[in-house]
Amino acid sequence: MSLIRLQNIRRQYTMGAETIHALRDVSLEIERGEYVAIMGPSGSGKSTLMNLLGCLDTPSAGVYELNGQNVSEMDDNQLAEIRNREIGFVFQTFNLLPRSNALRNVELPLIYSGVDADERKQMALDALTSVGLGDRIHHKPNEMSGGQRQRVAIARALVNRPSIILADEPTGNLDSRTGEEIMALLKALSQKGNTIFVVTHEEEVARHARRIIRIRDGLIASDEPTPPGS
Amino acid sequence: MYLIREISEGLGIAWDAIRANKLRSFLTTLGIVIGIVTVTLMATAINGLNGAFHKSVSVIGADMLFVSRTSWFVNSQAEWLKSMRRREITLAQARQLQRELTLAQAVAPMVGINQTVTYQNHSSSSVQIVGSTEEFINTSGAGIAEGRFISAGEAEGGRPVCVIGMDVATNLFAFESPLGKRIKVGPRVLEVIGVLGRQGSFLGLASLDNQVVIPVQQFMIGYLRNPDFMIKIKAIAPDQLEEAKEELRGAMRKIRHLAPGDPDDFAINQQDMFVTMFNSVAGTIAAVGLLITGLSLFVGGIGIMNIMFVSVAERTREIGVRKAIGAKRRTILLQFLIEAATICLLGGLVGLGITWVLTLGLKRVMPVNMSLGVMGLALLVSLLTGVISGFLPAWRAARMNPVEALRNE
Repeated sequence: MSLIRLQNIRRQYTMGAETIHALRDVSLEIERGEYVAIMGPSGSGKSTLMNLLGCLDTPSAGVYELNGQNVSEMDDNQLAEIRNREIGFVFQTFNLLPRSNALRNVELPLIYSGVDADERKQMALDALTSVGLGDRIHHKPNEMSGGQRQRVAIARALVNRPSIILADEPTGNLDSRTGEEIMALLKALSQKGNTIFVVTHEEEVARHARRIIRIRDGLIASDEPTPPGS
Repeated sequence: MYLIREISEGLGIAWDAIRANKLRSFLTTLGIVIGIVTVTLMATAINGLNGAFHKSVSVIGADMLFVSRTSWFVNSQAEWLKSMRRREITLAQARQLQRELTLAQAVAPMVGINQTVTYQNHSSSSVQIVGSTEEFINTSGAGIAEGRFISAGEAEGGRPVCVIGMDVATNLFAFESPLGKRIKVGPRVLEVIGVLGRQGSFLGLASLDNQVVIPVQQFMIGYLRNPDFMIKIKAIAPDQLEEAKEELRGAMRKIRHLAPGDPDDFAINQQDMFVTMFNSVAGTIAAVGLLITGLSLFVGGIGIMNIMFVSVAERTREIGVRKAIGAKRRTILLQFLIEAATICLLGGLVGLGITWVLTLGLKRVMPVNMSLGVMGLALLVSLLTGVISGFLPAWRAARMNPVEALRNE
């Protein structure tokens, strides 16, 4: 059974009198352990797709099954629980809590899932160590470089052992060398069996993935494995 | 268990947020501080007033009944005029009452007049001259400080003796003992045989120590021929006051020859009447006072609400991140409620501290009493203010759409 199954997903918004069809008819299956890049120009609907995949939003029509659960019908609180358990987010702007140190930031998902303090700390430490920041746990975001912040964000995404990791332009705010490091980290995580989505508009970033889905005008324009040798 | 974890987490976040905006938190808290200070000061003053009143009124004695033509508290002029047309209470009636009552420890007829008291070149004006019997001392809270009280024989025979209050004694006799001295009480000369112990004043008005007690017959000979008496009765025990009152009423009706259907032509007064009267007045003062001071707390609450809206708006992105990571509506709601409640509770604590200091100062000029109950209530009120005024902003935060919140710059 596929980890993710999208069936005839539609998503439309009303803006004043106008109806915007962000996603028109998207069907998609993703297996566990895949490393997928979602590409498309701005306005193509790739952000909407990412929000749906991340359970931040629900489709107007269609069925979304994540790990065997029908997510499309869930209410706010159920979605929050699914996000907490199944999804790790990595954002372009890191979105760490500025007043909390690295450890506290990584602990946050565990707090919401109700893990008790000792176990929480150990899990957060493990996650930070796995992204190479075992020695930076007491630093606050403003005491770290962009690359380090993004590593903290990745540790936060990993810590609850989610089914999928969703990275939205993870290198968008980083210089190219640091960006490469982050992509290498994501690749390593993928090789350990994590299912990873990278949303990007950069070919170079997308090439790290093993499958590239291109969105255009709310539809899947192409869906193919990454060309070998790139 | 889960809720406890969420609350402790919320407290940590709230503390961080308050520390991050020190000046803003301080200014916001100020509204609550002022509100709590005014409300608790008011409550403290009311408390103190209550205490002072009950202490003062206790000189009347909870086991005492007072029979007179008029009630202490007359509601209308018509009632007053009616009671003034009643027959006087005579000494003979008092004597008969004394024989009839079984539930009375002491029965003392009393009648009073103001006179100037003189000894050599010292004089004291407006001294209350009380004509009574030997029973007077048993119905009064005062003991004898020096000498002795009037005897039954002296009262009956109208001997020219007197017992003086402490104030009179100190006014007239600076350096010598008053015992055996002859003083001029109004038109007559009387010998001092005793001095009453100090009693203080009643409700801060009339001093009970500025009086001279003389034999009742002497009073009727020398001052007023047919006075209207008040009769003071001390019940055998405070818990038998109601029975004693019933017995007294029956006896008085009999003595004054009232037919079964006639209304009473006398009034029985007791300490309770003061307390009831005071309570109704104090209750009104408390209600109005707390309402007015409560307004300042209300304004403080609006300040909290305002700043919480700002805080929620500023942290829209943070709310988005928290929601993306798995915070439920309830978690976010709780987080902001706790923040508002913490600010208010801090304000409440500071306010209580300030009130406490102010109370120490005020104690010198007026009766104030800061009780644990008032303190607990003040903290509860400040907590509630926080929860109530924080609710709308927290609700707005809890209902935010995570996609839009994350998009917020």
